Parts: sequence; C-alpha cells; structure tokens
Amino acid sequence: MRILSSLKRAMPVVVVAMMVWGGALAEEGGRVSLPTLIHGKGDHCVEPTPLMRRSHMDMLLHQRDRTMHLGIRTRQHSLKECINCHVRPLADGSYPPITSKQHFCNSCHAYAGVSLDCFECHATKPEPDAEPKSFGSAAPTEPAPSAVVTAAERKLTAAKNPEVNPHD
Amino acid sequence: MTNATAKADQARRSFLAKTLGAAAGAALAPGLALYTVAQARSPAQEVTGAVRWGMLIDTTKCATGCDACARACSEENGLHSHGRPQTDSQWIRKVTLRDKATGHVQSLPMLCQHCEYPPCVDVCPTGASFRRVDGIVLVDRHTCIGCRYCMMACPYKARSFVHETLEDQKPYMPRGKGCVESCTFCVHRVDEGETPACVEACNAEHHEAMLFGDLNDPSSEISRRLKESGGTQVRADLGLNVGVRYQGI
Repeated sequence: MRILSSLKRAMPVVVVAMMVWGGALAEEGGRVSLPTLIHGKGDHCVEPTPLMRRSHMDMLLHQRDRTMHLGIRTRQHSLKECINCHVRPLADGSYPPITSKQHFCNSCHAYAGVSLDCFECHATKPEPDAEPKSFGSAAPTEPAPSAVVTAAERKLTAAKNPEVNPHD
Repeated sequence: MTNATAKADQARRSFLAKTLGAAAGAALAPGLALYTVAQARSPAQEVTGAVRWGMLIDTTKCATGCDACARACSEENGLHSHGRPQTDSQWIRKVTLRDKATGHVQSLPMLCQHCEYPPCVDVCPTGASFRRVDGIVLVDRHTCIGCRYCMMACPYKARSFVHETLEDQKPYMPRGKGCVESCTFCVHRVDEGETPACVEACNAEHHEAMLFGDLNDPSSEISRRLKESGGTQVRADLGLNVGVRYQGI
C-alpha cells in the first residue's frame, strides 16, 4: 500500500520528466526532419513530380520486367537513369553511400520508413560516362506505358502543387 | 478441254508459279531481313525469336594457358574474387582436356551453353531461370530465391551462387548475394549490337577462337562456318540443342 501511495505521489514528477525528455528527443518542430531532396541534373523529372512521388515504384517495377524478359532498354523509367540523374557527387567528389541520407533514394525512403532491397544488387552511383539524355531541357519524348501512367492519373496529380510539400 | 477450263488451268498455273516464287523469295529473304532486324533493334523494341544467339569455339585456336576470355568476363561483369576460389563466381572458365591414351592436350573455354531446352529452366521453382526468346538463358534475380536447383540440374556446371554481400556492382550488371548467376552472353552488350566481352578479348589476343552470331541467319559467319565444317555439342546425347558449339574436340 505504501509503495502504491508513494508511486501516486511521484506520478506528476515522472510525467513532467517524460515530457521534458521526449521534447528533447524530438527534432525541430517535434517531427522527424524532412528529407533534403537532391535535385536531378535537368529542369524536371521524366514525369510530373507528384506522379513520380506516388508512382515511381510502379514505373520501376514495370520497366524491370520489360527490360529483363523482353530486352526493352528505354531510359525514361529505368532505375539506372534515376541514379545517373539524381545521385550527385559530394563536395569531395565521392558519391554518397546508399545508407547515407545524402543519397537521393535513401533521403526519402529513410523519412518514409521504407526499406527496399534494390541496392543489394543495383549500382548506387552513376555510370562513369553517364550523361543523362535530354530529359532536362525538353519534354520527355518516349510515350509512357499506358498500364502505369494513364491520362486520368496525370490530370489528378497535375492538379497538386508539385514543389511545396514532401509530406504528400 | 474447253476454252474456259484451259483458261482456268492457266490461271491456276500462274497462281502456283507466283506463290512458289514468293515462297522461294521468302525462304531466301528471311536471313537477310533478320540480320538487319538483329543489328538495328531500337531500345524500345522487344527481342524477337527470329534471332538465336550462339557461339562457335574453335579449340584448335584456343591457346593453352591463355585466360583472356575469363579475365575479360570478370572485368566486364564486375566479378571479384572473395579469396575463396571454391565459391567465387565463375561465368566462364578455361578447361584443359588431356587424352590419356595419346597425351594430347586441349584447352577450351566452358560457359553457359544457352540450351534451347535448358534443364535449369525446367527445374526452377519460381520461374526466375528463363530463356529469352532470342536464345539467351538468364536468371531473373528479382524472382530467384537462391535454392540452387538450377546449379544441380546444369550438366555443364555453368552456374554460380553469390555467397557474399556485394558492393560496387556495374550499373548494367546488377548482382547480389543469395542469387544464382551465370554467363549472360553479355546481354547488355548484345542488346546494343555488340559482341560478348570474352569474344572481344579473344580477338584482341589474335587467337580468334570464339565467334558470336545468329544461328538462325544462314548468311551469318557462324552459320556459314557451322555449315562448312560442322560443330560439336558437348553432351549432345542430352538433346538440349545448345547454343555454344565447339570445333576440334
């Protein structure tokens, strides 16, 4: 009984202590810090940004089977091109490892709590002589596979503001 | 015979002549046409079964002690040794044959034979092991579970299992721990109209023991040479119709 009453007396202290401790643990703004996205080489990605955020994994999955089994090696939705364009060298000229938050893919996946195993096999840095195709200045020329990117999806996603909030 | 039937007969004859002519033309043309298709496939085009990639190895030209092909393969595909030769990946290896009766020694490269009826594909429980329509036998690492049935089924011991965590893979040749792998005929190069790295290395050494080409194209050099002097299939008794043929064994 005495133990219980002493616990009761100590409760407010414990609660306050936990609040202070928890507050110290939380990063600025009380949330996990937003990923710093590394912009690719050109002006825009191969598809509108909202669509890329939402559906890049579907495009990659689709492209993966087309390349592996049918020998289709278009560059627009290929993982190799993601890396070529988005993984930029650090100040010392080296490329960030996939475990680093400075790596384009991991910066966002770490934030979203997504663990993936693409990079157990796939290269994490650009090809030595990689120069991304004209994705940057001109609009994408290759038609997107209809199974992945439908016109309706484009309309839906284009309505959103592409640049402001990485939370969506 | 009435005039009408005579006319009909003539029409039939000319029809037959035309069709046969067309058929003959078609029989002659595919080789030429296919050759163009094989060389000029755009990245957006699917591979077609009109082509069947194959290799002809002339063991009389293959130099004993030379392993340029194997080195080129490792370099091209990023196969690094982990200091354990028993389990290091080996996509192509030099084999020395010695005839006990005569003492005659031969040297030849042994690699995935890219069978038309591949046992590795038959036994694969997930469909990861597959034969692309142009005859190249590959492992889809996305679906490979590393069970290694294919390694046991392969009569040529052509497959390797990756035991180690890998880093710094080549962008065009993703490889990883827990998957089975084997020679891909340098599929990334073939898709761009080039030849496999081993063939290039052999030619660079001026041995020219390896020839890569389209077995379906009667006008290709490989088909011509096979027609002229024939080629041996290793373990032909298994009826796998392999894509790699040898001369001189």
